[in-house]
Amino acid sequence: MSETIDARGLSCPQPVLLTMEKLKSLTQGELVVLVDTDTSRENVLRAAASLGWQAREVRAEGSEFRLTLEKT
Amino acid sequence: MSAIRDFFASRRGIISVGVLIGVLAALLQKWGNPGNMGICVACFERDIAGAIGLHRAAVVQYLRPEILGFVLGAMVSAFAFREFRPRAGSAPIVRFVLGMLAMIGALVFLGCPWRALLRLAGGDGNAIFGLLGLVGGIWIGTLFFKQGYNLGRTQSTYASVGWLFPLIILGLLALRLIFPQIPDKDLSGILFYSVKGPGSQHAALAISLAVGLAVGFVAQRSRFCTMGALRDLILFRQMHLFSGMLALLVAAFLTNLLVSQFKPGFAGQPVAHTMELWNFAGMVVAGLAFALAGGCPGRQLFMAGEGDGDAAVFVLGMLVGAAVSHNFGLASSPKGVGPYGIHAVIISLAVLVFIGFTMRQKTS
Repeated sequence: MSETIDARGLSCPQPVLLTMEKLKSLTQGELVVLVDTDTSRENVLRAAASLGWQAREVRAEGSEFRLTLEKT
Repeated sequence: MSAIRDFFASRRGIISVGVLIGVLAALLQKWGNPGNMGICVACFERDIAGAIGLHRAAVVQYLRPEILGFVLGAMVSAFAFREFRPRAGSAPIVRFVLGMLAMIGALVFLGCPWRALLRLAGGDGNAIFGLLGLVGGIWIGTLFFKQGYNLGRTQSTYASVGWLFPLIILGLLALRLIFPQIPDKDLSGILFYSVKGPGSQHAALAISLAVGLAVGFVAQRSRFCTMGALRDLILFRQMHLFSGMLALLVAAFLTNLLVSQFKPGFAGQPVAHTMELWNFAGMVVAGLAFALAGGCPGRQLFMAGEGDGDAAVFVLGMLVGAAVSHNFGLASSPKGVGPYGIHAVIISLAVLVFIGFTMRQKTS
C-alpha cells in the first residue's frame, strides 16, 4: 500500500515541500501525491525527477490530479 | 497543444519567456515608459491606484494597460489550455495585508522584483541593494516554510468567483477607452492622469496593451515568478524558475546596450534613490511578503487571471497599499525615503514576522 500526500488546495511551495520531505525519507517504493492545479502537478513532477523518482502514472480526476511516483 | 504545454514547462520554455519579458520591457522604455521601468508591477499598480483617485500623488497617475493585459492574457491562456480553475478561501485577509505590506516595501525601494532586475540591467547600481534585500526577505520566508508556515487550503468554488477579478480588469480597460488622456489635463472624465513625472511617461495604449497580453499569456503558461525563482533556489536548490529570471536580466541588459539605454552609476538614476540601507530593507519587506503569499506581484496577477480569488485579494491589497504609501508619506522619491518610510518598514517587518510565526496550522 503506497503512502499518499494530499496537497490539494495548498499554495506554492507547500506541495513540493511536502513531497520532497517524504521522498527524502524513502529510499525507494511508491508515493501518491494529490494536487489540484497544473502548476503543482508540474512542480511536484519536476522536484521528484530531481531526486531520481519517476512518474508511473499521472491521472486527471475531474479538476484534480493523482500523481503516482516510484523509484525502484 | 500538448507540445506547447511541454515547451513552456521546460527549461528552454522558461528561459524563452524570461528573454521575451526582458526584451519587451527594455523596448517599452524606448517606446515611452519611464527609465528602467519598462515593466514594474508595483509601480504600475501604484499608478493605477492614482488613476482611479485612491491617492493623489500627481506624478504617478496613469491606468497602465500592461497590468490589464497581464491579467487578461493570463486568462486567455488559462482558458485555451483548460486551466481556468475558480478557487478561493485561503486566508483572504492575510493575503490582503501581505499585498499591502509588499507594496509598502516595494515603494520604499521604488520597484518590484521585475523592476529591480530592469534597474540593474539599465546600470542602476542601487538595484543591487534591492536585490540583496529581496533575497534576504525570501530567505526569511523559507525559514518560516521549514517551520510549517502555510496559509491553509483553497477551495474550488463558483465560476463567478474566478471571473470577478478579470471582470474588474475589463471594467478598468473600458474606463481607459472611454476616458482617454487629454493633452496637458490631469483629469479625463473620472480618470486622473499625470502631466509630468513618471506617470506622464508611457508607450501608446495599443503597444502597452499588446505587450501586456503577450506577457500575460506566456507567463501564465510558464509559471514565471521572480520570487519563486529565488525561493526554489534557496529551498530546493532548483534552477528552473531562476534560469527564467536570469534570462530576463541578461536580455534586458543586452537590449539596453543595443538601444543605448545602459547608463551605469548610482546617482541620478531614473526613479531611484541612493539610500542603500532602505533600498535593502524595503525589498526585505517586499520579498518576505511575496514569499509568504506564494508569488511575486506579476505571478499574483497571472494567478488572478486563471481564477485564483486569493491572488486577486493580494492584488487589491497592493492597490490599497499603494494608496496608503502615498497618502501617508511612506513611499520614497528620487530624493530618498518618505517622511514615514522608515517607520513603515519597521512596522511592516514586525507584522510579517507575526504572520510567519502564527500561521503554522498543520495541513495534513
